[in-house]
Amino acid sequence: MTTAVNSTETSAPSLGNIAALLRHARYTFGENPVSGVAFVLFVLLLLCAIFGSWLVPYDPLASDTVAALHPPSPHHLFGTDQLGRDIFSRVVVATRLDMAVAIFSVALVFAIGGVAGIAAGFFGGWIDQVVGRIADTIMAFPLFVLAMGIVAALGNTVTNIVIATAIINFPLYARVARAEANIRRDAGFVQAARLTGNRDLRILLTQILPNIMPIMIVQMSLTMGYAILNAAGLSFIGLGVRPPTPEWGIMVAEGAGNIVSGDWWIAFFPGLALMLAVFCFNLLGDGLRDIFDPQRRS
Amino acid sequence: MLRQVLRRLATALPTLVGVIVVTFLLTRVLPGDTAAYFAGPAATSQAIEQVRKQLGLDRPLAVQFVSYVKALAVGDLGSSLSTGQPVIKDISTRLPASAELTLAGLVLAVGIAVPLGILAAIRQGSWVDHLCRVLATAGVSLPVFFSGLLLVYVFYYRLGWAPAPLGRLDVFSSAPDTITGFYLIDSLLAGDFDTFRAALAQLILPAATLGLFALAPIARMTRAAMLAALASDFVRTARASGLSTRRVIVTYAFRNAMLPVVTTLGMVFSFLLGANVLVEKVFAWPGIGSYAVDALIKSDFAPVQGFVLAMAILYVALNLMIDILYGVIDPRVRVEA
Repeated sequence: MTTAVNSTETSAPSLGNIAALLRHARYTFGENPVSGVAFVLFVLLLLCAIFGSWLVPYDPLASDTVAALHPPSPHHLFGTDQLGRDIFSRVVVATRLDMAVAIFSVALVFAIGGVAGIAAGFFGGWIDQVVGRIADTIMAFPLFVLAMGIVAALGNTVTNIVIATAIINFPLYARVARAEANIRRDAGFVQAARLTGNRDLRILLTQILPNIMPIMIVQMSLTMGYAILNAAGLSFIGLGVRPPTPEWGIMVAEGAGNIVSGDWWIAFFPGLALMLAVFCFNLLGDGLRDIFDPQRRS
Repeated sequence: MLRQVLRRLATALPTLVGVIVVTFLLTRVLPGDTAAYFAGPAATSQAIEQVRKQLGLDRPLAVQFVSYVKALAVGDLGSSLSTGQPVIKDISTRLPASAELTLAGLVLAVGIAVPLGILAAIRQGSWVDHLCRVLATAGVSLPVFFSGLLLVYVFYYRLGWAPAPLGRLDVFSSAPDTITGFYLIDSLLAGDFDTFRAALAQLILPAATLGLFALAPIARMTRAAMLAALASDFVRTARASGLSTRRVIVTYAFRNAMLPVVTTLGMVFSFLLGANVLVEKVFAWPGIGSYAVDALIKSDFAPVQGFVLAMAILYVALNLMIDILYGVIDPRVRVEA
């Protein structure tokens, strides 16, 4: 990481800064309509996650064998599955679980990886060595395979999917946070804070952390998509979520057998939802990077 | 050159140790109570204690680790409860299937992504460039198991071009004699072109699924590296000296742009080996990924642990190869080392 520290960087965000940031955000989103689309999609996902279970036309768990395997129709927008459950309702209701898994795992790795990385970059020495070793060891595994192993060892639950997804993302967060903390360790404003008698912990919290936040937020958005993919992949192979719980990965798995007999809609719509969610977070991450980190604009 | 390779091999040792420690921890420390699990659900506490002694789980962790490493050294990964075979044997018979699939996916991805990335960089802003961007975005956003199912629906159910997604060969063909374990190579060596065609037909869809997934990072990196190389001083000098465009692009820009692309291959392999598990499940491919998934569903842990360890060792070896390849491509690395 050789990017110079932005000279306009201040020690703490003020109100005027936030207003300027919002103006800048509106400008960037206006210039890049794709980011705008991603933002709309994000709001839609959030609405489905929060209110989905009250909005759907059918009970996502109620089976109706008479109406089994109906193709999409005005009654059942996305069709019905082998047990006659309404796929539209199941896809919408599943949003909450899929988003929750992704958000919790990203929050967890943000807290642990971020703290470890900042400490490594700021203090150096043995902390840096230990964090670096842990990150290297995790990176020595193919990440999805490691996640499988972790869930197998910890036990087959949704909580452990969250933990496994957080662990495999640890090196990414630790490295970004380390690099960003490291280049600011001896920056002017940090030295000023130190000269006025602040202790290390206080400098970390009030000087380093606020300045690293934007880059970490971009990182979070970019890894959200990966976290969703990873969690859905794990539940596709039968880990974590158990039927009949609606979840996108397991729904694709349930419909996989029907693809060869032409009943495409069972697997297609949950897969589409999954794809759109990942797409949304990837684009959103790019958009946020344009706002927070203009030097790296693509 | 040999000394450098040896030195690089030495640096891989700590990584290998880390991998073994982590897999050991995954086997011993984390699960609730391994002894209770192996004793079965109806076991009395006395029986559980007996199993604990038998498995050596009552000894200190360090002692357990030493015996674990000793067992590893002779290739003992335990036995699978569901197949009744030693895990190492199961994995080695199934590894060629996974390797053939992964390599086919990689060759496909590199074969498409590198020319695409180069063209996108040369004709920046043209339709090739846009195609490159669309493919790169789709590749990262599409879950592999979903794109695999889409391909099955279109090419098997709708168009009928591909055979049913059920393993490495259809029921009418028999497997060629094992020489390399790769059906494509073995059938060619045996001169059996019907089997070759059947194996190829089964391989195309899963390999394309993997390829589409791996294509994105390679294409993106090739494009970026080519753009950087084309904007560099030596390319400008080469152009100013009147060399042909072809020569400038192939000899000067491309060879330099290859370095970062080879570096990203490490990351691509990490993705590929993971995605391989999902693709094997979709296409009922009899590789080590589907073996681990089957064992996982049956709570048969030894195969899963063996699989994780095998994949990690394979990945460390692949990264080693990439580093050595890097030295072959770039003479400067050799001189500095």
